[in-house]
Amino acid sequence: MNNEIRIKNGIVFDPTNGIEGKVGDIFIKDGKIVSKVSESAQVIDAKGMAVMPGGVDIHCHITGPKVNLARKLMPEDHRLDPHFKTPNTQSGSGGIVPSTFATGYRYATLGYTTAMEAAVPPLTARHALEEMYDTPIIDNGFYVLLANNLFLQSLIAEGRNEEFKEAVAWWLNATKAYTVKLVNPGGDEPWKGHKNLNVKDIDDKSKVVDLSPRKVIESFIDAVHELGLPHPPHIHCNNLGHSGNYDTTIETMKTAGDRRLHVAHIQFNSYAGELGKSPKSASKEITDYVNDHENITCDVGQVMFGKAMFMTADAPLTYLLRGYKKEKWVNADTECESGCGILPFDYQGMVYTHALQWAIGLEIFLLSKDPWRIVLSTDHPNGGSFQNYPMVMKLLMDYEFRKEAMKHLNQKAMNSTILGELKREYTLNEICIITRAGPAKCLGLKDKGHLGVGADADITIYDMLDDKEEMFNAPRYVMKAGQLLIANHEFISDYTDKKVLRVAPEYDRDIEKVIKPFFDDFYSVQFANYPIDDEYLHGTGVVIETKKKKSIHENK
Amino acid sequence: MKGQLILIPGRSSKQGVGLNKGKLKEEYIRVTNTLELSAEDALENGLETADIVKISNHVGETEVQVKVLKEGKLPVGYAFIPYGPPSSNLFDGETCGTGMPASKGMTIDIKFIKKGVKKKTKLPPKTAIG
Amino acid sequence: MSVASKNDKIVNEKIVENATCTFCGCCCDDITLTVDMDKKVITKAKDACVLGKSWFLNHVIEDKPIARIAGKEVPLDDAIDEAANILMEAKFPILYGMSDTICEAQRHCAPIMDDCGGTIDTTTSVCHGPSGMAFQGVGEPTMTLGEVKNRADFVMYWGGNPAEAHPRHFARYAVTPEGMYTPNGKDDRTVVIVDIRHTKTAGVADIFLQLTPGKDFELLWMLRAACKGFEIPEDCKEICGVDKEVVEDLFQKMKNCTYGVIFFGMGLTMTRGRHFNSGALMALATDLNEFTHFVAKPARGHGNVTGADNVVSWQTGYPFGVNFSRGHPRFNPGEFTTVDTLSRKEADAALIIASDPVANFPKPAIDHITSDKCKLISIDTKNTPTSEAAHVSIQTSTYGINTGGTVYRMDDVPISLRPAFDSPFPSDLEVLTKLRKKVNELSKKANRPYSTKKYM
Repeated sequence: MNNEIRIKNGIVFDPTNGIEGKVGDIFIKDGKIVSKVSESAQVIDAKGMAVMPGGVDIHCHITGPKVNLARKLMPEDHRLDPHFKTPNTQSGSGGIVPSTFATGYRYATLGYTTAMEAAVPPLTARHALEEMYDTPIIDNGFYVLLANNLFLQSLIAEGRNEEFKEAVAWWLNATKAYTVKLVNPGGDEPWKGHKNLNVKDIDDKSKVVDLSPRKVIESFIDAVHELGLPHPPHIHCNNLGHSGNYDTTIETMKTAGDRRLHVAHIQFNSYAGELGKSPKSASKEITDYVNDHENITCDVGQVMFGKAMFMTADAPLTYLLRGYKKEKWVNADTECESGCGILPFDYQGMVYTHALQWAIGLEIFLLSKDPWRIVLSTDHPNGGSFQNYPMVMKLLMDYEFRKEAMKHLNQKAMNSTILGELKREYTLNEICIITRAGPAKCLGLKDKGHLGVGADADITIYDMLDDKEEMFNAPRYVMKAGQLLIANHEFISDYTDKKVLRVAPEYDRDIEKVIKPFFDDFYSVQFANYPIDDEYLHGTGVVIETKKKKSIHENK
Repeated sequence: MKGQLILIPGRSSKQGVGLNKGKLKEEYIRVTNTLELSAEDALENGLETADIVKISNHVGETEVQVKVLKEGKLPVGYAFIPYGPPSSNLFDGETCGTGMPASKGMTIDIKFIKKGVKKKTKLPPKTAIG
Repeated sequence: MSVASKNDKIVNEKIVENATCTFCGCCCDDITLTVDMDKKVITKAKDACVLGKSWFLNHVIEDKPIARIAGKEVPLDDAIDEAANILMEAKFPILYGMSDTICEAQRHCAPIMDDCGGTIDTTTSVCHGPSGMAFQGVGEPTMTLGEVKNRADFVMYWGGNPAEAHPRHFARYAVTPEGMYTPNGKDDRTVVIVDIRHTKTAGVADIFLQLTPGKDFELLWMLRAACKGFEIPEDCKEICGVDKEVVEDLFQKMKNCTYGVIFFGMGLTMTRGRHFNSGALMALATDLNEFTHFVAKPARGHGNVTGADNVVSWQTGYPFGVNFSRGHPRFNPGEFTTVDTLSRKEADAALIIASDPVANFPKPAIDHITSDKCKLISIDTKNTPTSEAAHVSIQTSTYGINTGGTVYRMDDVPISLRPAFDSPFPSDLEVLTKLRKKVNELSKKANRPYSTKKYM
């Protein structure tokens, strides 16, 4: 069978390789981009259409135990948004937390072909991998929650740095993760063990071990740097969601020094004002710091109005938010490792705080100077569904549309921001960077996010439309690893040969002897049954090389 | 009330063990055919361990063997039976919109049929299970 | 009767360490199996409980046909073709069971029903289905079992009998283990049992509350009211059979503990009130978080019923009782749950996987499923009343003994199985993979719009 494709005369956007909207051809063979194909290659006429690499979502919550709890929690939401079966694809349920099949197909219909699950407890990582196998089309990887791991904390507290590093490497291997995720470091123990308390500050010592969140963060940045993971620690900072938290965020970034750090959904950590009172925007303070420090990357976590679902390892925050409406709420503690809170939510344009959050996210996008280090995300489903991405793109690309939108929102909030004064409009090339080239680079994925020879042939072709939301909502063609899946907006085939991206840093096997006694005492599963074997990758695992880098721009 | 009880079917470890041996085997059948009664109810109805009784309700009827429990193990007026084919004969298919039949707490009539033979209800010798 | 006498010398012995017992939802993964590879039997199951031992030691490779149609032995592929045809031609095909097989096999079930426009339901619907419904309504604070071992100083069992249904629950997870903040085991815990019967479980209780049958909701609601500052009513004893002072004392203990947990059983879900009972309990656990850290957890029964819940949820968005006749999943307990589809005589074909409705279902449902109005297909590891009544009957190997794969413990922790010896019978995974492929082919060939399903 001929597996060659030639995309002819498209307007190519490939920022990684310096191509910005130039008409040209792209050649595909055996799932990769090549320099030429034979005469018999299938031809796709892309005249007048934008050709881009497939989208890369650096931060979303789409597979794993907490996602599935949230799915189970929302029958009323699924019912409103059925996902129909087609001759080529399976049925599913949509809504704010879609079923796995629907998740894969819906990402594809936005032109996204890679999505990273941002928070999985090690103990239940098998579950995340199992769901990934049932999430069609898109490549996945996940970040493993380690910051509140009691054993690792004890190594930090005792200053056993070398063993700590080895143990982190062991955990990454045992769970098949992509990088380390830090969520509200130090916050689990006061929550679970001290009647629902929380840490208040990055230098607040946890009640159990004599350890500040800052020390935990620093240790992980050190270890991950030493291990040379392609993506640095991915952090959900302390005090997320609280007024006045921008200070904590800047302190967190400072802790990194000149080593790399990815700050997740930074919008939720860019609030000025007094704790317990209404927030104000601190987008300026935050973007100033990010702009000046090449070692920092972040994704925005844009809030979009309508349904959302809090789904986070930051359990105390979720419980605090539950207090407003006393909505149905899930808390799920994972022994020795993590907490989790789930709460359905609704962002409303007329509510001061929600409107302000929306504005702060956009301000961060518009004030940041290096599009390569700021990634589009809604922290799906925490700030809203990933299905809002095309709308976010339109907001960024269209000043008039933004102004119009602001008229319908809480005016007190709008008046307290500088959003109306920011006239910047993102270009198509910049959109291509913040949704594809940039996140791929932040993740250290050399074969994704670009269209150079050797790249994975994950390609999206959009009709050039004036309404950018419409444009990005319905690509005319979507291709995954060289297989044409969507043609003329319809699924023409299913694709299940998706990949799981992970790292496998080397470690000293003797570390298992240090870890095992803790397991025997405090875990409820056997140490031998804890590491996940390769079968769970179904032959789809791709190991991404580990190598130290100080900024994503290094070796440019 | 004489002749009437409330039936609580449930799991028991003997039923679980029997199930592993095979549902078509004697042990499982015997275990799931045993109706446990409080001493008070047994006295009131003139029943003793090993008696064969007919229990019935609006759904169906089944014959089971009685086992009288020590005082305080079961509230007066209630009978217990491990899940199995006999208890199924009395379950109503109505689930009140839940999918779950009301499988605990159904009113049944109980009627003496005949004296039965006392069988060993002990588990088989230890070697079989450990 | 023992399969292998103790004195037989085993020539070809294999030891399997850290094996998982899949009999109940505890999924204990610390069992050491001794296997006689020549005779294909497990001779020892160290650390297993009475149920686990009987699960492992009674497993024998029986001499019986792999596949039968109408009682006659046939090649496996013929049985799969027949099953696929039945499902595709049926107007209202249903799939039920799934709790005693691995997730990898469960994953094929919803797609099969998606392709033939049928209904999928798991044994959850007659177990903790009402708790699943309650969860959708009120949510649930919950935990993995290791948290209970490490932290819980208040442990309550409500309407369940773990001493008989989950024998190692006490020792391994909840009552006696010495954990991080519970170094003295049971001495560091207050153990409360609420039940209508004085079961074996009641024996471990520091406090035993013998409740008037059917009054669970009343007691739960009193405790909820207490959380909101209301007094326990004077006539508490008349309402639920427990003294006012006992309930007051209980409430103080719940409020003042450091980490409280309630496990609940089918004593709540199967009695009057069903999902309202489970919902009241989950809401109570939520309310108690105003004072302290409090969690709750249904004590799930079969080895992998929790896996079935998870798989069906991630594939369809709903945990059980899901219908595909309109081309997308719809959830409606009472309408698409198996007791109902059978009792109302709607289903005209039933694929039963690893469960035994003919032995356990209400009589009206059994009458229909065994009648000629409903073509019955059974995939099971053992001969059961269901497999014997089935038109197409396929015997498979046993998970955790003959095949590996994933099961979910009652607390949603996934565990990989370590099989002891292989079996001449195909695995559920193999059979369902083939069946899914066949059904998919037929569905592509039929290419019918979903609205033609007569039921709609």
